[in-house]
Amino acid sequence: MEAKKLITNQKTNPTQNYTFAYPPDELTLDSGEKLGQITLAYETYGELNAKKSNVILILHALTGDTHASGPDGWWENLIGPGKGIDTDKYSVVCSNVIGGCKGSTGPSSTNPKTGKPYGSSFPLISIGNMVEAQKHLVEHLGIEKLLSVVGGSMGGMQVLQWMVSYPDKIRSAIPIATTLKHTPQQIAFNEVGRQAVMADPDWRNGDYYNHAPPVKGLAVARMIGHITYMSDTSMTEKFGRKTCADKGPFKFAADFEVEGYLRYRGDNFVKRFDANSYLYLTKAIDNFNILNGHPLGSVFRGLKAKVLVLAFKSDWLYPAYQSQEIVKACKLAGVDASYCEITSTYGHDSFLLETEQETQLIGSFLKAVANGNGSGSHT
Amino acid sequence: MTKQTHIIEHKVISSWISSGASVLNLGCGGGELLNLLIKNKQVHAQGVELSEQAIHNCVAAGLSVYQQDIDTGLTEYGGKSVDYVILNQTLQQVKKPDFVIKEALRVGKKVIVGFPNFCYITGRIQIFFGGKVPVSPSLPYEWYDTPNLHFLSIADFKEYCKKRNITIEKVAIISKNHAVRVLPNLFGEVGLFLLSK
Repeated sequence: MEAKKLITNQKTNPTQNYTFAYPPDELTLDSGEKLGQITLAYETYGELNAKKSNVILILHALTGDTHASGPDGWWENLIGPGKGIDTDKYSVVCSNVIGGCKGSTGPSSTNPKTGKPYGSSFPLISIGNMVEAQKHLVEHLGIEKLLSVVGGSMGGMQVLQWMVSYPDKIRSAIPIATTLKHTPQQIAFNEVGRQAVMADPDWRNGDYYNHAPPVKGLAVARMIGHITYMSDTSMTEKFGRKTCADKGPFKFAADFEVEGYLRYRGDNFVKRFDANSYLYLTKAIDNFNILNGHPLGSVFRGLKAKVLVLAFKSDWLYPAYQSQEIVKACKLAGVDASYCEITSTYGHDSFLLETEQETQLIGSFLKAVANGNGSGSHT
Repeated sequence: MTKQTHIIEHKVISSWISSGASVLNLGCGGGELLNLLIKNKQVHAQGVELSEQAIHNCVAAGLSVYQQDIDTGLTEYGGKSVDYVILNQTLQQVKKPDFVIKEALRVGKKVIVGFPNFCYITGRIQIFFGGKVPVSPSLPYEWYDTPNLHFLSIADFKEYCKKRNITIEKVAIISKNHAVRVLPNLFGEVGLFLLSK
């Protein structure tokens, strides 16, 4: 009953927190270091049913937060009453990640041992650690088994991690626009972003919390990120070679609209995101390798959950072949997996924007899982 | 293809498949055949399909379906990892039928192939007397707007199997709503073959 109360009081308190791993029961991280206490931020939507069997865990991307549904929610077109992830039917939990800066324990949090922000003393965290923290949250909410775990990009990596770390805790999984591991190209883009942050003198080796934060470096990192989230087509459609109206006297002003847009995106981002979190989270996704030296066919062996893998045609940051590798790993392990490559021109951003197609596929997939429709006798 | 021929085709395929088997349907469309096989034979069903809309229908039906061009092979499947691979009304539309059959026989313990017989009597009449490429219920497309890339007859396919050392375990030749026993290459509208290698 406590869980039901926890999950339904969201109208008065949209973002909730769960704090756990108090010393001496800290979480042991993949790095070998310990972290505790840990606060994890989350939001919930929809009512928990009597059997507690209708819970869907939503996992966000690199710079996302817990606010997935409702006004200004990053997936508001997909999650809500009557939508693809229908909050009239399902109880949705959107969890933040450790290492982030959106209400969960991260480098900008106060270290209880010193009373000061962790800064660069914050330990390296992994996708596995993020997911372990989420498992604590799910248990705290009294959920034995999730109907589904759903996420795109870094959220998709967390979905894959759930499939490997806690296969018995999920009935289905929907990894979207993601990968089993980063390629050198994906690591390279992140490294340029990190270098931009660390090259900013205001970064001060990560201990800038009593000073002005490294906004210039972080803004450049975000600009690079944005380029990789779009596609040649979507940029041409959005900006063409249109120029800005108020060109200043400065030679290197933002002449083109695309320049103005990137600057605007960069400047806005620094208001809502912590530079150190950007470093820690991009490291976590670069280090992520669900195969961990094991053969492709063994990583999902024994998984009983149904899997729906989605990719987007114009996504060059997480190209479709990476999603096909995920399906291949599922097939080789005998896991019941479906795959669709959705036609879209938005690039990697498609998973946030192409919600009509996602609504159809995810909506009907979840319905089939909830109704227990399978692909046959011994899946 | 008339609906009746379709129903018979599916019935024949279903009768060839043992209960509880694993089935991989290449070019599964909206999953009609797979749904029937799950219902009648409790198979473990998987589909491969290229069309996005067909994928949507399969997912809605709770089927396991993979969007892929089967001309690129079936690399995600190990050798003899599936009891039956089905290529029904698919073969004539792939770019590399020889390769696709080879892959199907690698992955499947048995392979079921079904295709429209290009040398069906109405087709022959249209070519011989009309001087035109046949358009019929089993070959319903005009030459300028057809997904069919290859035109083969029952005799062609038998010859192909012989050439490739493929064993034909069962054959069913269907026309409209009945099985054809006399002059199958003339009176058969659709040929169904159960193969192994």
